[in-house]
Amino acid sequence: MSALRVRGIVKRFGATAALDGVDFEVGERERVVVLGPTGAGKTTLLRTIAGLETPDAGTLELGGADATALAPSARDVALVFQNFSLYPHWSVRGNLEFPLRAPGRALAPAEIQERVQWAAALLRIEKLLDRPAKHLSGGEMQRVALGRALVRRPKLFLMDEPLTNLDAKLREALRVELLRLFQELQVPVVWVTHDQAEALSMGERVVVLAAGRVLQVGTPREVYLSPASPAVARQLGQPPINLLAVERRGDHWCAGDGARLVGVAEVDASRVGDAARARLGIRPEHVAPHGGETPAEVAVVEDAGPHRVLLLHFAGGALHVVVPRDFEAAPGTKLAPRFDPRHALLWREEDSPPREA
Amino acid sequence: MAFLELAALAKTYPDGTRAVKGIDFAAAQGEFVVLLGPSGCGKTTTLRMVAGLELPSAGTIRLAGADVTALPPSARDVGFVFQFYALYPHLTVAENIAFPLSCGGMAKAERVAAVANIARRLGLTGLLQKRPRELSGGDQQRVGLARAIVRRPAIWLMDEPLGTLDADRRLAMCEFLREQQLAARVTTLYVTHDQEEAMRLADRIVVMKDGLIEQVGTPLEVYDEPATLFVAHFVGSPGMNFLEGERVGAGAVTLGVRPESVRVAAGEGPAGHGGTPAAHGGTPALSGEVVLDEYSGIARCLHVRTDAGTLVARVAADAPTRLGARVRLEFDPARVRRFDRASGRRLA
Repeated sequence: MSALRVRGIVKRFGATAALDGVDFEVGERERVVVLGPTGAGKTTLLRTIAGLETPDAGTLELGGADATALAPSARDVALVFQNFSLYPHWSVRGNLEFPLRAPGRALAPAEIQERVQWAAALLRIEKLLDRPAKHLSGGEMQRVALGRALVRRPKLFLMDEPLTNLDAKLREALRVELLRLFQELQVPVVWVTHDQAEALSMGERVVVLAAGRVLQVGTPREVYLSPASPAVARQLGQPPINLLAVERRGDHWCAGDGARLVGVAEVDASRVGDAARARLGIRPEHVAPHGGETPAEVAVVEDAGPHRVLLLHFAGGALHVVVPRDFEAAPGTKLAPRFDPRHALLWREEDSPPREA
Repeated sequence: MAFLELAALAKTYPDGTRAVKGIDFAAAQGEFVVLLGPSGCGKTTTLRMVAGLELPSAGTIRLAGADVTALPPSARDVGFVFQFYALYPHLTVAENIAFPLSCGGMAKAERVAAVANIARRLGLTGLLQKRPRELSGGDQQRVGLARAIVRRPAIWLMDEPLGTLDADRRLAMCEFLREQQLAARVTTLYVTHDQEEAMRLADRIVVMKDGLIEQVGTPLEVYDEPATLFVAHFVGSPGMNFLEGERVGAGAVTLGVRPESVRVAAGEGPAGHGGTPAAHGGTPALSGEVVLDEYSGIARCLHVRTDAGTLVARVAADAPTRLGARVRLEFDPARVRRFDRASGRRLA
């Protein structure tokens, strides 16, 4: 049985379809991350699942039962927002108790105390229980916001970019904490983000969303290593994937200026058939700095810590390459990059709208 | 010679908050300096004092050879940039880009030439007569960048200009910005809490904490030779692992090792029962269980629970180790850094 099943969901605002036929499922104990840029429809999707928006078409099932027309309060899902939305003058305890005191939840006071203590211990905010919410740091506020969802023991957690408003360092720490927490609790989660690092590390599966449509659903490794289209490939990876327009010349795929990139026989061409032109994608860590046939020149060297990122002038365009941190290079250094054919990806040209930025 | 020089600069607010507690550093002409630190470290206050938006409580600011400490912002020739993305919706792209020049009273012909020039360099020429809402997100951001850097003041002051951009846009914008700054050679002081952004952009990084400077250095110096435990943790994603080391003389020592310098081997190690990692002459080792496996595409971070705490090891994306595995951790002694635990300062 799945915790959530979304089928053919359409949501229009005026003439715009914010969601344009969205399908995916969340397993009973599964963490699913919905990844997409601003405007992809992520928040509308969460609000629709929570019942705060009514879909124009499609169905929603929660725990195997149709929930499309169910009132938000009857869905038993918890939504955690990026802006925390706590009651600032109330204590942490008051904020945590609030959802348990809602009308219709006849919980005994002892049960309420027990749940608050349990959530506070899990999130390590026990010492903050009597502090007013407005005196908390951003990271503490987000823990409390999550605590308020946890105490309800909902059937499904909906996380709307919960780490977005935090400092980078705090985001990293809280991400690890939440991953451990969800791993331990084994609860179903839909986690929405525009941050690909969050998607790859938090998700057991990733739903890649753009302009209200699902581009691909897969494990983090599937969407990273076998993206279904250049649009998916571009959404994942830091530094981003290299995308080149290529054509088949003899037994090689070549760049526009004729530079030979990879042998036709070495690359999986199942997506392009016998087309003469294609879009080639290769991740920066799958390009070796030497061993290829086409000359390149280093334009920029960035030390990223564990490795170096080189920006090369290559075949009339730019190419990012990741090299070990002790690799000697400076602007002007001449290289001959070699693409690892096992990791080169080919798509049909029509799947590749022109690059936006 | 220093182009920008801060000496004993301090700021105490009327409510008694000591935002900046006396800092010194200098930037050379054309240098890109990043002020890096968590919320509340004093980085933005420092930037605002250089801009003239805050008056220092003590200390001096020298810019291009002149003492500007008490000068109003308009008399300093600084270009202050908040965020790149916020465009005026009712103005065209050309008018948006020209806005800072009109405010500076530049003649129209000169303005048009300057806008045309920056638009050409950022590939915006065809968009100059459009309104922001007609542009893609990426183009809007490039317009924002163009507007931020169209003027050539003595110094660019940037306060988290990439703040609200989607993560996938940040790298491209960083590269654009760095390219333009290198071409224009305008000295730049840039504030961020994001260490990756700092590493990518800076000639030198000034790491701040609690109103004081922890370290000034190139990205690699700060990464490889952190001066304090704070820097070692703050820089790097994730930061250095720390281990309680043996006592040397009277003081306790903390050892720091980067996740990529932790090697993971299957099975129990010779020092598998809590032996201090530094006690071994050759390759110190610890053992434990993998409790978390974070995939990042290019690599994985394994969080390993040992008797000495949880350590993070960065391994290849296709490394065989799985969640729950018992592993042995080894460190290259040459890559282990030693800190005085009490002061947090680096030991030689």
